[in-house]
Amino acid sequence: MAGLALRTPNQTHRVLTADDVEALAIGAWILGTGGGGDPYHKLLNMRQLYARGHTVTLIDPMSLESDASVAVVSNMGAPIVGQERLSDPEFSARPVRMMEQYLGRKFDAVMALEIGGGNGLQPLLIAALTGLPVVDADTMGRAYPEAQMTSVAVGDLRCFPFAMADIRDNEVIIPRAESWTWMERISRKACTEIGSVAATCKAPRTGAEVKKHGILYTTSKAIRLGETVLAARRAHADPIEAVLEAAHGKLMFTGKVIDVERRATEGFLRGNAVIEGLGNDSGSKLVVHFQNEFAVAYKDGEPVVMTPDLICLLDSVSGEGIGTDIIRFGQRVSVLALPAPPVFLSPKGLEAVGPRAFGFDIEFSSVFDEALS
Amino acid sequence: MKRIGIDVGGTNTDAVLIDGEAVVCATKTFTTPDVTSGIKKALAEIVTSAGSAIEGVDAVMIGTTHYTNAVVERRNIGRAAAIRISLPASASLIPFCDWPSELSAKVNGGTYLVHGGHEYDGRPVVPMNEMEIVEAARAIRRDGVNAVAISATFSPLTAECEIRAAEIVKNEHPDAHVTLSSALGRIGLLERENVALMNASLIGLADEITRAFSSAVSESGLNASLFITQNDGTVARAELARDYPVFSFASGPTNSMRGAALLTGIKHAMVCDVGGTTADVGCLINGFPREANNVVEVGGVRTLFRMPDLLSIAIGGGTIVSEDASKIGPQSVGYRLGHEALVFGGKTLTCTDIAVAAGLADVGDKALVQNLDKAVIDAALETVHLRLAEAVDRMKTDATPVPLLAVGGGAMLIPESMAGISEVVHVEHESVANAVGAAIAQISGETDRIYRDMDREDAIESARENAIDNAVKAGADSETIQVIEVEDLPLSYLPGRAIRARVRVVGEARSTPQ
Repeated sequence: MAGLALRTPNQTHRVLTADDVEALAIGAWILGTGGGGDPYHKLLNMRQLYARGHTVTLIDPMSLESDASVAVVSNMGAPIVGQERLSDPEFSARPVRMMEQYLGRKFDAVMALEIGGGNGLQPLLIAALTGLPVVDADTMGRAYPEAQMTSVAVGDLRCFPFAMADIRDNEVIIPRAESWTWMERISRKACTEIGSVAATCKAPRTGAEVKKHGILYTTSKAIRLGETVLAARRAHADPIEAVLEAAHGKLMFTGKVIDVERRATEGFLRGNAVIEGLGNDSGSKLVVHFQNEFAVAYKDGEPVVMTPDLICLLDSVSGEGIGTDIIRFGQRVSVLALPAPPVFLSPKGLEAVGPRAFGFDIEFSSVFDEALS
Repeated sequence: MKRIGIDVGGTNTDAVLIDGEAVVCATKTFTTPDVTSGIKKALAEIVTSAGSAIEGVDAVMIGTTHYTNAVVERRNIGRAAAIRISLPASASLIPFCDWPSELSAKVNGGTYLVHGGHEYDGRPVVPMNEMEIVEAARAIRRDGVNAVAISATFSPLTAECEIRAAEIVKNEHPDAHVTLSSALGRIGLLERENVALMNASLIGLADEITRAFSSAVSESGLNASLFITQNDGTVARAELARDYPVFSFASGPTNSMRGAALLTGIKHAMVCDVGGTTADVGCLINGFPREANNVVEVGGVRTLFRMPDLLSIAIGGGTIVSEDASKIGPQSVGYRLGHEALVFGGKTLTCTDIAVAAGLADVGDKALVQNLDKAVIDAALETVHLRLAEAVDRMKTDATPVPLLAVGGGAMLIPESMAGISEVVHVEHESVANAVGAAIAQISGETDRIYRDMDREDAIESARENAIDNAVKAGADSETIQVIEVEDLPLSYLPGRAIRARVRVVGEARSTPQ
């Protein structure tokens, strides 16, 4: 946070260029840890919107008024459905309009629930249509499958109201829920019923809440990560090296995918991928389990990296992210670990997003000696 | 095992007779406008020079770059209309939305979004609106478009909507050739639709080409079956290949890379294949082309093919050079090289003329280019070298110097040294490496079935055994079989545990009958 004081007022608003959006798509896909949806379709939509003259302004969260009203948005569902039902900005914006109507008040800004994957671009689609600015922050610093796996849930902020739209003429508002977990369970059922994909607007946040509980500057972080990959590709340098350096990550494994088991159940995409080691990892096998996002990886039967550390599978050649929905037999991948946002390393954070939250009965152990902030 | 391998390029038609791993004889002729007579000529030359060695040839394997060239050069492609069954979803990203604009301007024969499609669990998104399909089909017929690609949400899980829509289209527009996306691709609507559209745009060309191949072989007097080589280095029967030209997309470069590996005996290298129309750069790993990992772009269009990781640039022997050498390509005189190039008495300055004038090649009449300005020759060569070196550099994935195998009829255009390349390797028969690769194409076996009430592992194992069985029946050597694709989709909408498993295996052709 030391850098914050150095920011000058003219840095608090930044009109994103088309190149920024391209870089964001790459960076968000890496931070998506396999989930959040492939950003490609949202990127195509953004290119169309920019070509028509729309632009998006990214604002410093610290410049938000304390009582500002911020829409927290995401697409919810099983990522594989997004490969077949293509993203549509009008559809993404619907729950935001529903929420404004329900609250009887306009939003001042829009923010990503999760920076990871296509959901990192979701607020941009809405911003381009509505003219609202996008807050440079999110509530995960990556992507996670469930509603209670956020910094605002760990911070015990209110979980309601919630708005959801279907491509058909179905709208759902949940005015109240007992807890984040209940909100997740009820909304997931509705989401599964309408095809395991829905556009959502989560409980609105005030500017003060975002400043205190948001994971800040993740949009610009994703843009920088994407720029790093693009620069490495241009220079024919190793993009994996570049990501490791830019994101303070560790290389866990390199190999070739030899099996993928995947099923869309209860509104999620679950399964695992088996990677046979190449080079230094020759002779070893890594099994990576996922629930929308990669959760835990076992090397020759031993857990070696687990949530909340980020597990990222990248194309070994291009450095591009590989999603749980598109990973397939024969791909050559590098498995990276990136440090988790500190909020998830607290006992309460680990309860929400540690390995046990995903059904793995193992104690969390980070591959990083100490949390980097 | 004796086979004839033929490569029909945009410029040259090459043929070789292979016995085991040895090249018995080889020939290179110009591709002819009707394709057939060029192949006939090549076959006749092989028959003559082989003499008694021609006995026992049982297969002719043809590879062609026609389809790729059509897309890369944006010609010989037809218009295709898209019917996508997806509304109310996916409305903002319409068919062709991620195509390069000049290509979609040529191919786009109308886009029609209609209501329907399925959910991931097999339920309909909304009931399919058949009237909208009728209207689309009528509009397509009115516009005189005869190729139609039909896609639907989640059609790899259930092709019901696409199949019904095809019936309606054929009823309303009997002249239409219909490509279903479910026959071509996997999950990923946009990419699958792109492949279906590309297939539809090539269907006219495919029909013409396949006919030409068949008649050439049947008229040659050889008692041999005709196979067309595929993207993954395997072959398919000619009848199947006609409906699915996209499966033969990258077969030319795959063949030349495998041929280069066989001819040089080098298994780890970069390969640069300079043909008449394009130069293709790839990377050999263990004798096989490195496969593209993710999404593959063909002519700037995203697809989900399993293809060799290739970079194609518009540089070849027939590439047109402007008078002052300021502009090189992307057009090529193609098969007309034999009379349009200066050295062959024509009026068009091509890369071949540049090579002859520079003393790098000896074809045609050297005297016809002796008056070319040296500055123009140097400038043209410099540009060609620069573009080839750039392409090689882009395809290299690490900094360690590796050999570069120079193959193809235009291999003389490859510079003698390049950054990051330990040596540029030339070998005998290099100019017909692609025909060699076609002759040694592998045999595949595939199975794609729904298994019920079985564990996933058992289902996949059963599919694998089936696929191997099919490959061996088709002539593969069981010792050399490798699994190259495994894909399974749980079908949660069917009662009981149901899983769709698809396995594809490949193996070397057996040298002796089993």
